[in-house]
Amino acid sequence: MTLFMKPVSRRGALKGGIAAAAAIAAPSVLRAAEPPAVKVGILQPVTGALAMDGEFGRTGAELAIADINAAGGIKALGGAKIEMVFGDARSNPEAGVQEVERMQSEGVAAIVGGFASPICLAATQAAARYDLPYIVDVGVSDQIIQRGLKNTFRFAPGFAICTQAAIQNLVRINEAAGKPAKTIALVHEDGLFGSGLAKLMQTELPKHGFEIAETIAIPTPSRDLSNVALRLRSLNPDLVIPSTYYGETVLLARTMQQQRVRPKAVYAVLNGAASNMRFVKEFPEAAENIMDVNHWQDPRNPKNAELQKRVVDAGKQWNYNTPLNYSCVMLLADAIERAGSADRAKLIDSIAASTYDKHLMPYGPTKFVGGQNQGAAPVSTQVQKATIRVVYPEAFSDAKPIFPVRG
Amino acid sequence: MYSLPIVAEAMLNGLLTGAVYALIALGLTLVYGVLHIINFAHGAFLTCAMFAVWLANTFLGLDPYLAILPLTLIFFAIGYAVQRFVIGPASHGDDGNILLITLGLSIVIENALLAGFRSDTRSLMTDYSFNVFEVGPLLISQARLFGFLGAVVVTGLLWLLLAATDTGKAIRAVAKEKLGARLVGINVSHVFAVTFGIGCATLAIAACLLMPTFYVNPRVGGAFVLVAFTIVVLGGMGSITGALIGGLFIGVVESLCGLFLGESLGQIGIFIIFILVLLFRPTGLFGARA
Repeated sequence: MTLFMKPVSRRGALKGGIAAAAAIAAPSVLRAAEPPAVKVGILQPVTGALAMDGEFGRTGAELAIADINAAGGIKALGGAKIEMVFGDARSNPEAGVQEVERMQSEGVAAIVGGFASPICLAATQAAARYDLPYIVDVGVSDQIIQRGLKNTFRFAPGFAICTQAAIQNLVRINEAAGKPAKTIALVHEDGLFGSGLAKLMQTELPKHGFEIAETIAIPTPSRDLSNVALRLRSLNPDLVIPSTYYGETVLLARTMQQQRVRPKAVYAVLNGAASNMRFVKEFPEAAENIMDVNHWQDPRNPKNAELQKRVVDAGKQWNYNTPLNYSCVMLLADAIERAGSADRAKLIDSIAASTYDKHLMPYGPTKFVGGQNQGAAPVSTQVQKATIRVVYPEAFSDAKPIFPVRG
Repeated sequence: MYSLPIVAEAMLNGLLTGAVYALIALGLTLVYGVLHIINFAHGAFLTCAMFAVWLANTFLGLDPYLAILPLTLIFFAIGYAVQRFVIGPASHGDDGNILLITLGLSIVIENALLAGFRSDTRSLMTDYSFNVFEVGPLLISQARLFGFLGAVVVTGLLWLLLAATDTGKAIRAVAKEKLGARLVGINVSHVFAVTFGIGCATLAIAACLLMPTFYVNPRVGGAFVLVAFTIVVLGGMGSITGALIGGLFIGVVESLCGLFLGESLGQIGIFIIFILVLLFRPTGLFGARA
């Protein structure tokens, strides 16, 4: 829980201050020997409604920059260090654009981040005016890569890839278990995200032999979901698919548990809570066995455990945004290395030609087509014994799906 | 289209939710009835109280129901102080100013909470959060039934306070005739502050009753206070009985609209009632003539 920041002790602050002062005062001869640093803009919403996610992302980007510099910087540029120019998108697109303008004036070579779709949409467009390469970390709206902006690249899967995978994974998991699930109830928030997803499910799932028993829209915020639980109890569907934000998902899971609504599985898609450790920690009983299709790190890659330990040891929190942003910055460093230059036009070509595969995500090698990384894919996760496991696809899984949860 | 047990259960759910709405509306209607101001900071104070319950539970391990007593006292004191030392002096006797001050207060409180707690959604885990009473085919949430009973008891106590104690008489006197009350020796600014304090105290109780089943984030108060305004208008500005009956009624309307029209349209019933009441019975069901 990030209620209060970990306090910096006075002594610790002093030490840091002295070290910084020493670095500044170091003989100029020593510094002159170093090639000029490459500035990289890191844009994340670290205040406002999305602060929690922005912080996860910033942590990942910071660690990647520290690792690159510790390993000798960009070798093609004579060991040039990477210097972070951080911008707080303050959870709104306007602030995101302001920060892009500031980064531009400070002379960054590229920008990484954005998190939310509206921020990514606005920030990439602002960066496009300066032909400034921009790597989007999360923003799932497919509009981000459909505007023909040459500077814009998305490393993670978008909405279309995620929903496709969600349907595909569900069909396969269900078939592997002997097709126990047939009827489905969709519960979705009534905004763009939930409604869009529900509409897609309504048209796609019947093609695979599922029957949509009911589609229930709920507002955000909802004060009470007892009636939804009531309807679910009377319909008794095999599967419940919630596409809702954090608060409502928690409320729904708790109400369903209380009202003894026990479907064969709860299968969420890009859910606000089902892949969030806080939900799992606070309500282990309500969260147990909930499945989700979402961004997640590759659990089989040992570097993730190592990185996670560093994050936790530093008193910070870990979520998928952390390895995702770490990977994005690493991908950018690789592109600068191959371009042998921080020149923007060369960098855009270099990113577009990237085949980077040393990332921490459950993706194949990077391959950008029209700005979208074709190697990117979400995974199916499931809460098992109060931890989040990857259960599908098998190539990245660290547990077998429990499906159906009850017969 | 729904079987009878489901409709019955939805109505019951509505009653249980409505009681807590009523409790929140109670403070609002009381402050309006006496101070003749609409307290825009009502929602912000509710959010504060909910965070206080969360803090008490998370850091002191205090059960939300046990937190009722200390939090009620603390919030009474806060409310008293805010009215006595901030709202009262800053208004310079002009009701229009008070409106703006409470609006300003709500913005300050909400942003302070946002700075302190971030925008994360938090909830409590108590042993009884998921417990239910089984009555025939119905599963009634224990925590929400306690919420209902608590709300009814508090309404009763408040009514007693106003009807049978000297403080209550003073409050009613000030509400009816401020100048007259001052002439017979009632300390009007003290009574104002006490009333505002009681309004805040009811919010603290509402927060304690809500938290076992609900969540809190810095914007959560707004979701309740809009409904509370409707209840106050429906029940009649300043009427305690009106707030209780209005709250229960609105709860049932919301629940049934949610069931039959879909959750997203659940609120539509509330606001249709709001408009109808304003059109045809502006004093509300139990309100005195304006």
